[in-house]
Amino acid sequence: MSFWDKLDMGKYALYVWGSFGVTALCMIVEPILLRSNARRIRRRIARLNRLEQ
Amino acid sequence: MQNRLINWFKFSSPTTFYPLAGRMAPIFWVVAIVLIGIALYMSFFVAPVDYKQGDGYRIIFIHVPASWMSMFLYLVMAAWSAIGLAFNTRLSFMMSQALAPTGAMFAFVSLWTGAFWGKPMWGTWWVWDARITSELILLFLYLGYMALVGAIDDRRRADRAGAILLLVGVVNIPIIYFSVKWWNTLHQGATVKMNGQTSMDETMLWTMLVMALGFWAYSIAAAMVRVRSIMLEREHDAQWVRDMIGNKT
Repeated sequence: MSFWDKLDMGKYALYVWGSFGVTALCMIVEPILLRSNARRIRRRIARLNRLEQ
Repeated sequence: MQNRLINWFKFSSPTTFYPLAGRMAPIFWVVAIVLIGIALYMSFFVAPVDYKQGDGYRIIFIHVPASWMSMFLYLVMAAWSAIGLAFNTRLSFMMSQALAPTGAMFAFVSLWTGAFWGKPMWGTWWVWDARITSELILLFLYLGYMALVGAIDDRRRADRAGAILLLVGVVNIPIIYFSVKWWNTLHQGATVKMNGQTSMDETMLWTMLVMALGFWAYSIAAAMVRVRSIMLEREHDAQWVRDMIGNKT
């Protein structure tokens, strides 16, 4: 049995991949948003620092 | 004992916790990726096909850990808020706030994967069953908490209002947990039981536990990154923040 045969969920493909797919999406998007948010805040504080110099 | 107490209080200050959180986050990201990777491999290549549900049952490998995390993170948030109210520590409230979006995400994942399991197994995406409804209320509690804290400009008042909402909402957690016992509706009883009589194949159980540990590490990592942003945002006027960031972008 090959790798791809193992991943064929038969008549449950939509449900299994719909579940794992959306979960994966959530858990990939959240760290990306966290990272961009952290950068945005650091940039803003740096700008405030420059303005006050 | 004396030393330990001093150390705890030392880390309750944002100035010392900020770098600590920064060191912890990457470690927990790596742990999360490794554990979730192992659990995914076990989900599809090690765990056997269920004799009744075929491959469709594999959804529970994320559904159950996500449901556990959604309840567990809520309790952790409520505990941080209780500590914050009792000792008036800023960092406790920041920790509650940092966990909320991740908890809401797991509550959503729990409902979503439950629907995708329910459709082929029960024949319906959604029913107003006791457990499903109380989990939906948990998602609303998370969203309500985030909206409430975000809507109040005065940080101290926002923290207190949010903490009270969290503590009142704790009543929902035992309702979710015991719902399958108290009401005889559609959702099945617990598969993994506290008294050790688990009605499940051992490899399936291990897969679920490894996934739950992976989600747990993920939650810590996400909370550490988010709490750092919250600290910077709230204390952007403080000298330690200004000195640390400097004026380069």
